[in-house]
Amino acid sequence: MRDFWRRFRRNKGAVVGLVILLLVVLLAATAPWLFPGSPWDMAGAPFSPPGEMGMLLGTDSLGRDVAAGIAHGARISLLVGAVSTAAALLVGVTLGAVAGYLGGIADDAVMRFTEFFQTIPSFVLAILLVAIFTPSIGSVVFAIAIVSWPPVARVVRAEFLSLRGREFVQAAEVLGKSRLSIVLTDILPNALSPIVVLSSLMVASAILLESALSFLGLGDPNLMTWGFLIGSGRSVIRLAWWMSVFPGIAIFLTVLALNLVGEGLSDALNPRLARQRGGAA
Amino acid sequence: MTVSRRGLLAATAAAPALMRVQDALAQGIAPRRGGTLTSILSPEPPVLQIGVNNQGPTLVAAGKIFQGLLTFSPTLEPIPVLAKSWTISPDGKEYVFKLQEGVKFHDGHPMTADDVIFSIMKFHMEVAPRARAIFALIDKAEAPDPLTVRLTLKQPFQPFLLMFDNSACAIVPKHLFDGQDYRTAPAVQRPVGTGPFRFAEWQRGNFIRLERFADYWKSGQPYLDAIIYRIVPDSQSRRLALETGQVLLTQGSDIEPFDVPALRGRPNLEVSTKGWEYFSPLAWIELNHRVKPLDDVRVRQAISMAIDRNFITQRLWFGVGKPATNPIASTTRFHDASAKIAGLDVKAAAALLDAAGLKPNAQGVRFTLKHLTLPYGEVWSRLAEYLKQSLRQVGIALELESTDAGSWARRVGAWEYDTTINFVYQFGDPTLGVERTYVSTNIQKVTFTNTGGYSNPKVDELFATARNAADAKDRQVAFSAVQKILCEEVPQIWLMEMAFPTIHDKKARNVITTGLGVHASFDDVFLTA
Repeated sequence: MRDFWRRFRRNKGAVVGLVILLLVVLLAATAPWLFPGSPWDMAGAPFSPPGEMGMLLGTDSLGRDVAAGIAHGARISLLVGAVSTAAALLVGVTLGAVAGYLGGIADDAVMRFTEFFQTIPSFVLAILLVAIFTPSIGSVVFAIAIVSWPPVARVVRAEFLSLRGREFVQAAEVLGKSRLSIVLTDILPNALSPIVVLSSLMVASAILLESALSFLGLGDPNLMTWGFLIGSGRSVIRLAWWMSVFPGIAIFLTVLALNLVGEGLSDALNPRLARQRGGAA
Repeated sequence: MTVSRRGLLAATAAAPALMRVQDALAQGIAPRRGGTLTSILSPEPPVLQIGVNNQGPTLVAAGKIFQGLLTFSPTLEPIPVLAKSWTISPDGKEYVFKLQEGVKFHDGHPMTADDVIFSIMKFHMEVAPRARAIFALIDKAEAPDPLTVRLTLKQPFQPFLLMFDNSACAIVPKHLFDGQDYRTAPAVQRPVGTGPFRFAEWQRGNFIRLERFADYWKSGQPYLDAIIYRIVPDSQSRRLALETGQVLLTQGSDIEPFDVPALRGRPNLEVSTKGWEYFSPLAWIELNHRVKPLDDVRVRQAISMAIDRNFITQRLWFGVGKPATNPIASTTRFHDASAKIAGLDVKAAAALLDAAGLKPNAQGVRFTLKHLTLPYGEVWSRLAEYLKQSLRQVGIALELESTDAGSWARRVGAWEYDTTINFVYQFGDPTLGVERTYVSTNIQKVTFTNTGGYSNPKVDELFATARNAADAKDRQVAFSAVQKILCEEVPQIWLMEMAFPTIHDKKARNVITTGLGVHASFDDVFLTA
């Protein structure tokens, strides 16, 4: 573990990313204390620029505090990112493991099914799903999970294909372990590092996807999210730039942080790759 | 605003006075011949035949091609157009219109009483549901001579004249429609009317060009050579086109309310919200009375008192529109200013809810309602968010639901909602545009009827009295009484008398002279040098 941390630390960007990410998590965790009450409350005069009327980041067109919106929005963004990624991992890892370990007809069937999803542009599919199931936090998470699992399935399948022929797996089979226990205790732990890296990037893309849906007005209308803040501020951007710029910065920083952390994890989990990259740079 | 029958008759004589008003509007500048007026239509209309299509953009552009017998002043007094004068019999059943002389259609055919009778009894009766409901009252339509039309009604109907504006009953050429399917006749694609401008060119998705009709019946008019309507689908591009002078006039929803303050500040632009008096759309929170506790009058009063209508008109609509005070818009006839809904009072609202036995729980929530957001653009979403916060202050939790325009209409029509937002045109008279959303006989599974299911026999009776009374005074008594009752019972939560900004370059004169604003024929519009 200490080794892992040492390798992670060697990537400066990843450390910066981790710090930003921790700050965002902290902001989300302390939002109810920093900004008590609902972020929808009309706390000040509409269209107050940043710094005026005690509003650090200004107010929006209804007099809602933009800073409160960003803090409370962080909770939703992180929640959507985490839950939809978890759901996508569950589906993707299960299908990928079945395909990679069993091979043959099962592999064919699962991969054709995966390709079916991969051929549909993911954002269009997400919009369609949310529109059909009416916008709510549940339908947004569901839609994001549905469009994000196929890459997981493919990565996991590839890992399983390469691992299932190894000696330690053959040994486990000879020992008479059940298939399920081989998959769970022998192969999966060895396939974990690409999954971890992939999932950190998936959280980032889920946050982007949720923001894009909210921007288009397809977010949960009862929840304050970053995409909603930008979408509702966009039309008055010539009057009040702060309404869309600050939530935009929040999305940018969070997604950047997650990408940096993902890269750091990749370096830390694949020491040889990291060394090659370090050598090249 | 009340109009006695004598007042209607006197309006003919008042017409020259109105002309002087128009001249005054032009600030003493003599009209100048020539020039092209550029404007915008959005969205693009499917056809330019009034009757076959009566959407906003169609009425604006086709309003230059077609004319009705009358039009209406901002106070809804009739102004002669194709009818030079008219008389109404003392029993209110017989209407005789004398037509203007020398009126020609754009194809050279003279317009006669035959065309007028065809337009009323055949064309609009067939294609326009709103006209059909009223024109069904006509017992006999005769033409004693080519320039006289006599309509005999089965019963007196005081708002009858309001149906003769161009937007309700455009006069169409009989010789191009008779014996054909009115909706598919070739004339629908190349509209032919009597208006000051004739249809010249239409490049779909690009522009519509109307050119001056040289044989127009008012000599020397119109002043403009042409009117070009550009099709610009994006609101920010429309604003830019206006700012850069590429177009001289925008109307309706062309410019978003949040862009209006900046445009008001431009020295070369004139921003007006007048010219919608005939339509007078009123926006309200539509309540479904079948959903508990919305059937309790105290709850409805509380909701009404928890809302700051000034905030809505000033902060959300940027001053475009004004707070509603009662179910009849102040620009519609028979509006009674003394009947008013209670103003903003959060404490009293909470007390009413307490009295209704709806106690707040630990989170301060008394009850939860769903709210179907009106999917007509962003400002309506902001309104829903505002209502959610306002009602939360008195302990009503509003849960917002998003939907698309088709689903909204379907769900409201099927009564599948708790609360939503609706806005309805009043067409100048409560019998034409207000009655339909309150009387129990019109509780239908159709949008813009009494979908909320409000029912009060007294209200039904008063509306019926007002509909059938031949005298404006009797109608005013009934309408005043019904406004008082409705303000007490608040069947719907009226929010705002809507207005749409008409923005034009100050070079363009006489743009808004009637209660129909940019829907007018523009035969008196001119551009200063």
